[in-house]
Amino acid sequence: MIEFVAALFMLGGAIMAVISAIGIIRFPDVYTRSHAGTKSSTLAVLMTLLGAFIYFASEQGFYSVRLLLGIAFVFLTAPVAGHLITRAAYRASVKMADTTIEDELRDVIKEVQEETKEEKENLQESREKTEEDVEQTDNKESDQERERE
Amino acid sequence: MIQGMLIAALTLYGVGIAISAFRIIIGPSLPDRVVALDMIGVMLVSSIAIISVLQGTKAYLEVILILAILAFISTIAFSKYIERGVIIDRKRND
Repeated sequence: MIEFVAALFMLGGAIMAVISAIGIIRFPDVYTRSHAGTKSSTLAVLMTLLGAFIYFASEQGFYSVRLLLGIAFVFLTAPVAGHLITRAAYRASVKMADTTIEDELRDVIKEVQEETKEEKENLQESREKTEEDVEQTDNKESDQERERE
Repeated sequence: MIQGMLIAALTLYGVGIAISAFRIIIGPSLPDRVVALDMIGVMLVSSIAIISVLQGTKAYLEVILILAILAFISTIAFSKYIERGVIIDRKRND
């Protein structure tokens, strides 16, 4: 009976995986695709590993710590990986779908870029000033050397 | 009965991996392909769990952890490459 429940878990996970695969082939752009590829496939692998854990626990009396660790690891890392790859895609300016109507991140990024531009200009001005100072001192030193000669 | 269910689940995972491989082939941009690759890694993890249940052995359970870790690290490396063009940053002395 418990084995049947475990097998049911694994079959449900496989069905979830196929659904997320359909999502990854049908969605229009990379952002929605990563939504399908990380969330539902995480649920699929969680259900399958939980089914395997239940099966080994009931059939062989073996409580596998590795399966639990695998569950915890996938549960932690799949959203992080999805976020990172989506962020990289946005930074590389991958095109959104034509049906996208709002992009709130663009305005924020523009503001931040303008601020950093001002800071950079300020930094450049101060650097030029110090360079002039250095040149003046260099000239003084060379004059002194000439006088010595 | 149970064996039939497990084989059906394995077949479904095979179908999912095939569909993701199709997305890798046709994916218009590099992040598309990386998302599909990450998903193939996750699906491989769970199909290895099903195979180890089918064969009744615990020998494959280490493979699950290692494959999950490798998929995660490769995704991070790819996203860093897409974002900056380099994978390992070095501190340069100006």
